[in-house]
Amino acid sequence: MSPARKSPAKTDAKARKARPSRAASRRAEGPAVAEAHLPSDAELRRIADRVLRFSHDADETEIEISAAADALTRFANNTIHQNVAEHALSVSVRTVFDGRTARATTNKIDDDSLKRVVAASAELARSQPKNPDLLPMPGKQKYPKIERYFASTAAATPVHRAHAVTRVCTHATEQGHTTAGILSTGATAMAIGNSRGLWAIHRQTRAEFSVTMLDKDSSGWAKASSPDLNSFNPEALAASASQKAAASRAPREVEPGRWTVILEPAATLDIVGFLFYDFAGTAVHDQRSCFNKRIGKQVMGENITIRDDVTHPLQSGAPFDGEGMARQKVLLVDRGVPKNLVYARATAKKMKAKPTGHGLPLPNQDGEAPLNLVFDGGNSSLEEMIASTERGILVTRMWYIREVEPYEKVLTGMTRDGTFLVENGRIVSGIRNFRFNQGVLEMLSNVEQMSVPVRAAGEESFDMVVPAMKIRNFRFSEVTKF
Amino acid sequence: MHEWANLALDTARVRGASFADTRVIDVRLRNLSTKNGQVGTLSEQESQGIGVRALADGAWGFASTDQLTREGVQACAARAVAIARASALAKRHDVVMAPEQAYVDTWQNPFIKDPFEIPVDRQLALLLTADHEMSKVTGISFAESSMEFRRIEQWYASTIGSRIHQVKMHAGAGIVAMSFAGNEIQKRSYPASFGGQHQLGGYELVESLDLPGNAERIAQEAVALHQAIPCPDGHRDIILESSQLGLQIHESIGHPIELDRVLGMEANFAGMSFLTLDKLNTLRYGSDIVNVVADARLEHGPGLGTFGYDDEGVPAQCTDIIKNGQFTGYLTNRETAAALGLNRSGGTMRGESWNRLPIIRMTNISLLPGHWSYDGLIADTDDAILMETNRSWSIDDRRYHFQFSTEIGWEIKNGRKGRMIKNPSYSGITTEFWNSCDAICSREHWTLWGTPNCGKGQPMQTMGTGHGAAPSRFRNVRVGVALAKS
Repeated sequence: MSPARKSPAKTDAKARKARPSRAASRRAEGPAVAEAHLPSDAELRRIADRVLRFSHDADETEIEISAAADALTRFANNTIHQNVAEHALSVSVRTVFDGRTARATTNKIDDDSLKRVVAASAELARSQPKNPDLLPMPGKQKYPKIERYFASTAAATPVHRAHAVTRVCTHATEQGHTTAGILSTGATAMAIGNSRGLWAIHRQTRAEFSVTMLDKDSSGWAKASSPDLNSFNPEALAASASQKAAASRAPREVEPGRWTVILEPAATLDIVGFLFYDFAGTAVHDQRSCFNKRIGKQVMGENITIRDDVTHPLQSGAPFDGEGMARQKVLLVDRGVPKNLVYARATAKKMKAKPTGHGLPLPNQDGEAPLNLVFDGGNSSLEEMIASTERGILVTRMWYIREVEPYEKVLTGMTRDGTFLVENGRIVSGIRNFRFNQGVLEMLSNVEQMSVPVRAAGEESFDMVVPAMKIRNFRFSEVTKF
Repeated sequence: MHEWANLALDTARVRGASFADTRVIDVRLRNLSTKNGQVGTLSEQESQGIGVRALADGAWGFASTDQLTREGVQACAARAVAIARASALAKRHDVVMAPEQAYVDTWQNPFIKDPFEIPVDRQLALLLTADHEMSKVTGISFAESSMEFRRIEQWYASTIGSRIHQVKMHAGAGIVAMSFAGNEIQKRSYPASFGGQHQLGGYELVESLDLPGNAERIAQEAVALHQAIPCPDGHRDIILESSQLGLQIHESIGHPIELDRVLGMEANFAGMSFLTLDKLNTLRYGSDIVNVVADARLEHGPGLGTFGYDDEGVPAQCTDIIKNGQFTGYLTNRETAAALGLNRSGGTMRGESWNRLPIIRMTNISLLPGHWSYDGLIADTDDAILMETNRSWSIDDRRYHFQFSTEIGWEIKNGRKGRMIKNPSYSGITTEFWNSCDAICSREHWTLWGTPNCGKGQPMQTMGTGHGAAPSRFRNVRVGVALAKS
């Protein structure tokens, strides 16, 4: 996850990298919460080998191991009110007996627990009818090399986070604002292996900062996340949120209806993020995708091209899927025309396609999903979009989005934390928040301008690489009271 | 397991904590599902660990670990204290909590049939039968069924001397049929959407739902929806069946009464609330017949918000939230109760598992039954839309403006149920909506629904909540705006 927003805050974030404070007192220095607790590659392998030994009577066995060390400092009312750390490891075992498979998971790695989880998986597997779609497990695979582990992020301490948050709270107080948000850091190690010789490990760190600034009758928000804590600057993001809160004071109420909207990248993500499962082969096979009977047809504007690409420099995640297959780059939408779907191995066989390495852990009923969506975007800046708008609405983020109608992909939701009226090429005031009811395919047919895509983060979807968008005829249906 | 809890508390004390509490939790899960006649998910999961909450230098820290060893527990408790001290670097005032007694007790919800003792092949057979009954209906493009069971055993201990052992057994099941035709995907679920019904209890809950016996009916309804009339666009009286009303309660009453939201603690993520402190005992939340409680006691029913003690050792209670239409109470914990000047927490602290900090969560937020019979309510209604089974839900971050859509609707004309309506939706402002309520059905039509997927907090925590409701009527509500052309 990580946002990259096309705003002054982003520029500042790159220039002013967060550093651990030298003023941290020794007494208050917390332990590093990540690195020391992640198992080494050899330890992960030893756990897998023990599971395989205990599962010698299964036709096939798959092991997934996930280890995480995460910490999160949460603030509100200009102070830290929740501050947590978590260390966890899980071992998930899938066995196959005579065309039947099931999964059992434990978080204990002593011999008895591993034997018990193997036995539980075997008992579940044997309790069901044969699955005619079950394929033999894949053998050894090759993966693209991806580096997403930053030691400095893994080593961040509660004191590092507290000092960064203190600076944000101080800024809020100076601006007369009340602030709330989070600063979190963590590291994960994921491994997958099976009895046919497949073995893969992915290590990654993560950092996330989200901030809300509250004014008397308005608010502003900004968020960033990345595998690298040093890639964003919490103070700069806080300043951006403050600026939005101040600029949207005394919000006016304007009439709902069809509007030209300018969606900042996070707002774009909030909406287009709902499309991801529609690109699953299984969703189309089950006739529950908005791309049913629409593959190869012009259903979006010619300026919309969407790919799934785990190797993109702004993306995150492992280069393998839930069966250990290498994730491939897939062109999903080419100039407004849905061209390809993603497929797990079994789905590909059923639909006479090639597997793309997007399978979910088996057994499951959803098949696969693209998790690394990248929009091509355009070259307009947010400022150019505003300057070219006679009358429109600028949206910072959306909230509580749900699907109203699945085939036209009509979504509803609210604007939040910085919604502005644009007139004659400039922002003239904050406005009360709107409810929208908008078809996503229609929306992506009405895109007039786009920015260079950035890594965006919100609360409605996992992070994707998307642009800011200027869109005509966007439907705001009702207005709320603030 | 109390030995690990004691070790954690001793360590926290030695490290300088002025208060600490800890939960050792052992969770077991079983998930089964079918899709289009085949087994979908089939999995079990166990998870064991400890979470330690420590108050040091006047601020909170929380740490968790799955390392239930002497070294692991001590390190976890020490980390919680170190984190609390880091929190104190940004504190504005010391944490103050409302007083609470120490309790030594054991509590377990009753159940008849342990779902983990029921053979998996028997459970799958039931799901596959229901799946078959849906799939055989011409026009069905997708059929799905599911069961979920969860056993949570928890040992709570605190430095004030509480030692509380609780065991909760959850069960849930449901089915879904979908039909794709023309340019529409229609859907019907039973007994409710998004996983069906969930309560504290055993396998007897699943058996009582009779999934196979309802499968063909809902599949036929999913297909018939393609030919149904569209939801009108305008203002109408509406009648909500009880599972939809349960979600309406969840979103437009349950969340806004969380005092942590009111006090700004969730402002960045879940949002705040329109129920500012000045509205307590002054706001007319609903009409005179609207009475809502937050009741975690077993006598309220086997809801997902039922327990013996909350996750900071406070006994289950019943709090009046809305009494005769008047707003009378918030959901509180020890810290927010003190901030509000109350002498005791309402007992609503809940954490998803050992690795999550307990926060204020809904318990069972229920609309108390009225006196109408269902048939009497229909007969008394001249022109309305009856809406059943949630399809989508959305509300703003202060919980004023909401919009819901349901899977199916029915015309009510001159006291009789008429034509089927597709894509029904309604929207409104929370207090205007609850003040338009003029009829609530009686206890005999009242169901304690479970919402197993309520998200809140950072890191995100998913929690089960309970919502008792009976079919109710609301006057002059905006309908059909979701898919209106203008």
